[in-house]
Amino acid sequence: MTFDFAAREIGRSQPRTQSRRLLAGRGRYSDDENRPGQLHACFLRSPYPHAAIRSVDRDAAAAHPGVAGVFVWEDLAPICKPWRTVSKAFPGLQSPTQHPLAAGRVSFQGEPVALVLATSRAVAEDAAELIEIDYEPLPAMADYKRWREEDVPLVHPTMNNNLAWCCDIVEGDVDAAFAEAALIVEDEIVFTRHTGVPLEPRTVLAETDPATGEFSVHISHQMPHQLQLHLATFLDLPMSSVKVITGDVGGGFGIKMHVYADEFAVCAAAHMLKRPIKYVADRHESMLADVHAREHVVRARMAVDGAGNITAFDIHDLHGIGAYSVFPRSSTMETVMALRPIGAAYRYSAYRAHADVILQNKSITGQYRSVGHPIATTVTERLVDRAARALGKDPLVFRRSNFVRSEDMPLTNPAGLRMLDLSHEMCLDCLIDLIGYEHLKEFVEVGSDQHRLLGLGFAAFVEMTASGTEAYGRAGVQVAAVDSVTLMLEPDGSLKASASLCEIGQGIDQGLRQIIADGIGIRSSKIVLTLGETANSTHGGGAWASRGAAIGGEAAYGAAKRLRVEILAVAAALLQCSVETLDIVDGEVVDRSGTMRISLRELAETVYFRGYELPPELQPQLGVTHSYRREQDAAIPTNGIQASLVEVDAETGLVRCLKHWVVEDCGRIINPLLVDEQIRGGVVQGIGAALFEACVYDQDAQFQTGTLADYLLPMAGEMPDIVIAHVETPYSGSVLGAKGAGEAGTCAAAAAVLNAVNDALARRDAAVSETPITPQLILQALGSIDREIAS
Amino acid sequence: MKPAPFAYFAPESLDEVLALLTENGDEAQILAGGQSLIPMLALRMASPTVLIDINRIPELQRLKETERGLEVAACVRHSELLRYAQASVRWSLLAQAIREVAHSGIRNRGTICGSVALADPAAEAPAYAVALGAEILLKSRRGERRVAAEDFFLGIYETAREPDELIVAASMPAPTVGWHFAFEEITRRRGDYAIAGLCAGMRIAEGRIAEARLVFFGVADRPTRALHAEALLADGNPKDPELRAAAAVAARNEIEVMDSAEHSASYKRHLVHVLSRRVLSLLAVDGGAE
Repeated sequence: MTFDFAAREIGRSQPRTQSRRLLAGRGRYSDDENRPGQLHACFLRSPYPHAAIRSVDRDAAAAHPGVAGVFVWEDLAPICKPWRTVSKAFPGLQSPTQHPLAAGRVSFQGEPVALVLATSRAVAEDAAELIEIDYEPLPAMADYKRWREEDVPLVHPTMNNNLAWCCDIVEGDVDAAFAEAALIVEDEIVFTRHTGVPLEPRTVLAETDPATGEFSVHISHQMPHQLQLHLATFLDLPMSSVKVITGDVGGGFGIKMHVYADEFAVCAAAHMLKRPIKYVADRHESMLADVHAREHVVRARMAVDGAGNITAFDIHDLHGIGAYSVFPRSSTMETVMALRPIGAAYRYSAYRAHADVILQNKSITGQYRSVGHPIATTVTERLVDRAARALGKDPLVFRRSNFVRSEDMPLTNPAGLRMLDLSHEMCLDCLIDLIGYEHLKEFVEVGSDQHRLLGLGFAAFVEMTASGTEAYGRAGVQVAAVDSVTLMLEPDGSLKASASLCEIGQGIDQGLRQIIADGIGIRSSKIVLTLGETANSTHGGGAWASRGAAIGGEAAYGAAKRLRVEILAVAAALLQCSVETLDIVDGEVVDRSGTMRISLRELAETVYFRGYELPPELQPQLGVTHSYRREQDAAIPTNGIQASLVEVDAETGLVRCLKHWVVEDCGRIINPLLVDEQIRGGVVQGIGAALFEACVYDQDAQFQTGTLADYLLPMAGEMPDIVIAHVETPYSGSVLGAKGAGEAGTCAAAAAVLNAVNDALARRDAAVSETPITPQLILQALGSIDREIAS
Repeated sequence: MKPAPFAYFAPESLDEVLALLTENGDEAQILAGGQSLIPMLALRMASPTVLIDINRIPELQRLKETERGLEVAACVRHSELLRYAQASVRWSLLAQAIREVAHSGIRNRGTICGSVALADPAAEAPAYAVALGAEILLKSRRGERRVAAEDFFLGIYETAREPDELIVAASMPAPTVGWHFAFEEITRRRGDYAIAGLCAGMRIAEGRIAEARLVFFGVADRPTRALHAEALLADGNPKDPELRAAAAVAARNEIEVMDSAEHSASYKRHLVHVLSRRVLSLLAVDGGAE
């Protein structure tokens, strides 16, 4: 199978068909679903980071008018199994069993302790205030940097220490490389927790059909099939009687792909009571109990030889993951993805990384857009900039001379990543043109003075996308890396379709329809695609790891080609000509001269209503399903380079990002508009990481940033223009050649901003190595204020 | 995030409001724009048993120029005062300051008197009220009184208002000839509460500073004047850079800054200095043009 490059829709910018509906307020999110007699859930969450629960007095709450039930773990235990994160990829992982409601002890602030069900959310909240819990506060583990010290409290008293997991990755002779190095650069970089903050909070409506026993869950989620599997497992139901529907999803970013205690408590209660129950996380709960991510301290060294070639990396990562390793994927996936992409854009020969993954009495961490990569990219690009500066070289010249070149690939680098089909040098050429490098350098020089420091920073990156079957399969974790697309021709020649993919706002619905359209020869406007419903699609992955175009796209194209074969076979039989002489264009079967011979409507009507006209033994399959798993390459690498121009106010410490540029290569682009906006959104999250966002806990592990007044999201007013260009190097291992695009913006934006700020600060011989870069950090670096600790 | 139950009253006369306040005192909260109160109710940080909605009372809606100046009634929105202030150079401080109050949606609903009543130390309205020498008009069944803004703010979320009193208006005296104002605040994102801010005014007469007023907000527990710096400036030449530098140092030394979880005292003190220098040099340009 090959791709026909005379494509009509692939490669064309088209707005999402949902946009009109969503912008008109006609979206149907999970909270728009209501059922007669539904109950509303509210959770009483632990105010303590760590405490034993001595007793729970819920009599007053249960007696409150409008309350249908108040549940603690013991009530749910008979019908809901607890879970424990285990993975062969992380041997020795220490993460205790997790429960939908706290089982005798809470280990982070916000952990759900009791579930209140009532006729409205307000009544449920009133009743929750009446529950009296006798807590015995226990010492909380907050500062993971002190994890080795003896007096540090245990996150879980059942464990001997707080080490969840540790790993070493070693390849090549690192010590020799450093011994022989002409230059060694090093840094310690501090990364603060973030969370994804989707606009639509996590929402679930669970119900049992009393007639059929079918258990259905309407939920804001990225992977309905995976959730269906876990619901069936933990509630002990056959998968065939569990249905998951996502409807419209207002953003995921990796936040909505885990097993959450609160969601499972709601599902268990709905299953037990046989009544519909709705739960909508409010913003405070979202900040507190959605997965957090990216709390690391990385000590890194890089060796450069006398010729200016990078030779080795030596990395030590300390990763704080919260109270448990998230189920099912494990929080340690981020550890590995923060380590392995270090140095991936460059040629080098020796690599050593050690990570200590530490449990904390804080919220659980998990996958968040561009998992681990922003850490790896920031570490790498800081070291690369430091080396270029130390050698007196232009940062782009130094990068170019060390890039993995086209002729070097394919290669498996010392960190174990397979590099192929990358375009570092071309992206760099494109970036130099795009930013007007020489002019921009002059602008930065001329525009800076004593108080206004301008800086220009770069970050090259490699992002591993579209994880294949090995990522979780070999780990023994039930996560599907296969995706499927089903197509059904309707009697009027239009197409209904479904897939295991999930639309979470990224626009994959539009992308898949463009692929299907070209695969058959119809217009995408004739296709209605339903995503996010387990009942009508083959078990598959959903929305994670930028897989939609690279994996879902292949399934869609395969399905389209199969349906096309079926259609042409019918056409050839009806027209009494050979299949080879026919083509499908704009929904019509045409001959070699382009003359219309039969429309898809006529053809479909014949098959469905006048089958007797068909020749014997022709059984047209106008409904086809095609599944795709990639057979090679554990993930598809993508690459690019970003640049950021910043202004540092040396008096106030405020940093303003003036402009940001991205050149990236996601292989074949299905829809340039959607790819560009994915990158822009990703860049905004990266700038947020660099300058604003932080999930802050105090020294007692009390959460400080529970509202959007405290957790500073990047706002439109602070965002620069983001200029985007592309290099298209198709992935050689698939028909369409598409690679993942959704996370590239986030991958390197923070690194580019940090480098830009340090370029600016270098005028005053100062530097920062921590994100978010707060005004206080800037002024401390400049020596303008003391390093006193705020209260 | 649902409020605890409360009784809701939407009276149509001021007398009814005052009667309800007398009856319920501390248990009652006034609802005007709701931009701070509603989130506090939703988070159950505030759980009043009675909510008195004053939006239906005609005399509380008016923005009027009186002999004493501008009378900003209880329900006047930030955006309304902003539009008014932008039309006259006399009210330039209001125009500069209100532009920085949150975002347009919030300015369209939120009220000046509500902000004064809440007394968030980082809010703009209490600060410009002090800078302009405003008076707060309070009414209760016991009578009516006027409190100078400077005496009204007592601490974080603490004012001189008695539980049975309603802030019916803030009265801003019109600046007399020779007054010049400048404003600046430091925020990480546009529209956030200020980390530190300064409302400053100078009355220039015959090229000298006849009177100066420096009101810092976001740094102490209430809008705070830098009296030493003001005294230092008095009778000086606004264009004298050494005088301005000395005043900035004086302000930094005298303001008793309060740190927060996010911002150290050292950073706030530094910002007092930076703001003083910046704002005074703006005033030098503006005031020197006389």
